[in-house]
Amino acid sequence: MISRAGATRIGLRIVAAVPALLGVILFAFIMMRVLPGDPAVYFASGPNAGQAEIDALRHKMGLDQSMPLQFLHYLEGLVRGDLGNSLVTGQTVTQDMRERLPASLELTLTALMFSLVISLPLGVLAAWWAGSMWDQWVRAFCSLCFCVPPFVSGILLVYLFYYMFGLAPDPTGRINIFTPLPHRVTGMLLIDFALAGDWAGWRQAAEQLILPATTMALFVIAPLTRMTRAAMLSVVNSDFIRTARAMGLPTWRIVIVYSLRNALMPVLTTIGIVFSTMMGANVLVEKIFSWPGVASYALDALVASDYAAVQGFILLMAFLFVMVNLVIDLLLSVLDPRVTVE
Amino acid sequence: MTPPILEVEDLRVSFTSPRGVSEVLHGISLSLQRGQILALVGESGSGKSVTGLSVMGLLPRQASITRGCIRFDGREITHRVPRELRGAGMAMVFQNPRAALNPTRRIRNQLADVILAHEKPTAAELHRRLAELMEQVSIADKARCLAAYPHELSGGLCQRIVIAMAIACSPDLIIADEPTTGLDVLTQKAIMDLLLDLTRARGMSMILVTHDLGMAAQYCDDVAVMNKGYIVESGRDPHALFLDPGDAYTRRLVNACPTEQSRLGPQSVSVPPASAAPLLDVRNLVKTYGRDFRAVDDVSFTIGRGESLGLIGESGSGKSTISRLVSRLINPDGGQILFGGQPIGQMPADHFYRTPLRRQIQFVFQDAAGSLNPRFTAFDAIADPIRRLQQGETSELGERVIACARSVGLPEGLLNRYPHQMSGGQCARVGIARAIAVDPQLLILDEPTAALDVLVQAEVLALLERLRREKGMSYLFVSHDLHVVRMLCSRMLILRHGKVVESGSCEEIFRQPRDAYTIDLLSAIPHFRPTGNGA
Repeated sequence: MISRAGATRIGLRIVAAVPALLGVILFAFIMMRVLPGDPAVYFASGPNAGQAEIDALRHKMGLDQSMPLQFLHYLEGLVRGDLGNSLVTGQTVTQDMRERLPASLELTLTALMFSLVISLPLGVLAAWWAGSMWDQWVRAFCSLCFCVPPFVSGILLVYLFYYMFGLAPDPTGRINIFTPLPHRVTGMLLIDFALAGDWAGWRQAAEQLILPATTMALFVIAPLTRMTRAAMLSVVNSDFIRTARAMGLPTWRIVIVYSLRNALMPVLTTIGIVFSTMMGANVLVEKIFSWPGVASYALDALVASDYAAVQGFILLMAFLFVMVNLVIDLLLSVLDPRVTVE
Repeated sequence: MTPPILEVEDLRVSFTSPRGVSEVLHGISLSLQRGQILALVGESGSGKSVTGLSVMGLLPRQASITRGCIRFDGREITHRVPRELRGAGMAMVFQNPRAALNPTRRIRNQLADVILAHEKPTAAELHRRLAELMEQVSIADKARCLAAYPHELSGGLCQRIVIAMAIACSPDLIIADEPTTGLDVLTQKAIMDLLLDLTRARGMSMILVTHDLGMAAQYCDDVAVMNKGYIVESGRDPHALFLDPGDAYTRRLVNACPTEQSRLGPQSVSVPPASAAPLLDVRNLVKTYGRDFRAVDDVSFTIGRGESLGLIGESGSGKSTISRLVSRLINPDGGQILFGGQPIGQMPADHFYRTPLRRQIQFVFQDAAGSLNPRFTAFDAIADPIRRLQQGETSELGERVIACARSVGLPEGLLNRYPHQMSGGQCARVGIARAIAVDPQLLILDEPTAALDVLVQAEVLALLERLRREKGMSYLFVSHDLHVVRMLCSRMLILRHGKVVESGSCEEIFRQPRDAYTIDLLSAIPHFRPTGNGA
């Protein structure tokens, strides 16, 4: 478990991530300014705005300063926790992220949970009965899931469950606009409703969540299942499983405690990668289901050349990536006594 | 008379692969009484492990029993071994004990898993049983061992734990499949003595699967010699059987087994004239790791031209470190290495390959197949040192490689094969050919036969001896097998904890060991021939 030395190592890991984050900040900053598009032109009052008006706007936004100077100003703001203002929403980027990140996290985490609930048993059984008919079916199912892009499966799910069967609520956001929101604690509706004890609200939020989460889950079932199967296969053929069988241990114990426990490590690493990919790539799902998350926010900001918003998004993703990897490494060191957090 | 605990009748086992069905056991019959210990001996691939796995019902999926019958305590278990029987009726001890334990589970839980799989003791009772088991397998530091993970324990301790698991539910039969392979000779003796004592004390029966005839003779009542899926010979009293084998294969096996009397040729190992300057002179060699771990501690020795010196020690004694230091793969922290009078100890290891001396000191590694580049054919492997170390002289490369292959007895037709397409013995030959391709004066051999079967080992040893005579090379031969060293070397050096505890001519050390550690080592070797000193 985490000792004092372990805590020091974790601290060092976070410190070690700072240079990488700085690099990400610089890269995002330069990229936004190299890309075509001038936010001043975009946000001037109308297409007929004169040069004077645009120049005034540029001055107000600080865009007439030299690039290094602009960067210094941006860094200075970052130190104070100020990510700048979004021109699209008119709020600070920090405020936008605070509102939208929980929505994206809730969607991604739920989708991840769905896919794990399906892919772990599928992978475990496919490895246990490797080469059997069941193994072939799992393989086929994974291929199918992986070939259908989320924008197709998402629209298909909406068509089936909302339009044809009327089982799902309309795909417009996280919650019916007439439902009173719970007191905000985490920003994730399921958790906040549960904390408030409002189970009717919880049900509504869950219903809204099922289809987008399923859409995202379908896309990552394939890598998770295949990874579970491969990891299980290498464990199932190892010497200590043979020992466990020679000592007459019950089969379920051999599968769960001896095999899966040891196969989880590569799977966990894959989960880390999959999670990061999902966070960035769920823009399609967010668009289809009008989900007010960070990915769709970033896309809108990119189109509008909204420098601060895009940079804020990239920084947030980089930070999340660092944190997810740290958490995964910590979990690995808990799971495997031979691993220590470096 | 009570029925035998195990009866195997005309057992046939086949493996199914995409290329077809191949039978690996062609009608094996065995019978084992209660309290009896049976040795199954043979080379790898002879079917002895498959026999053990068939009895346990642990055959891999692609294998199946096609005919015959297995009865355990009068009960037919040929096609289905009930789960309760495994662990409680019969248990198995495997080779490579560290891999045989679950790496992510504490020893305490793994032992408890076995007991709980068959019985329902209370928590207090379970605790007491675990402590008892640790005592029975002679583990003194109970609490630490029970709380440890397998990677925190030595190989010997891990094997004791596996044995504890095997006896946890008092089975009637233990199948031990090469239980001491990879362990030191002293640990091997301790583990085998433990198995023997437990078997005798509890009235259990045991099948010992081994390739070591000495071990079979020393620990078993009965023996069955296997070759290519048949039992070629079996009988009571392995001593008598090995001393007067009736079957030609047994005779070959017995002759190949290195013993005190084994010799490679008619002449005894030649000793160079004492006056000549030594080829290699190592003085006060030191290598430290970390802050204060001295892997090699003030070691001095010489090797004359055409002489071969044996380096003996258990794992961790520093013998491999010395071989790496002398071959200049790592840097020493003190002392001198003189090669042909030239100090080479101070040349940095990273640059040694550039000196012309690299050619003169070559290395044959332990894992014959693993030390070959899997993407190089045998030809490339042998040609590689010639290309690298003798640039400008590569005009007759092809002829040289072929000549080299011929001198190690490697058929020309094998030269375009890759390592995975060759047998262990063939890979060993390629490794030797690669080392002698640039005509070195000193060859460092790091347990070159450790992974080979006795018959192949005998061939490789004979080859090494012939090459030494023909080419006048000197050998530094690293091994933990005293008999093998005695066959090949005139002098030997016994190491312990990085220090030399004894050195001298092999004859003398075998006749009259002086150090207590050497005496332990010598007496720990299992053997089957009555020897002069009454051991």
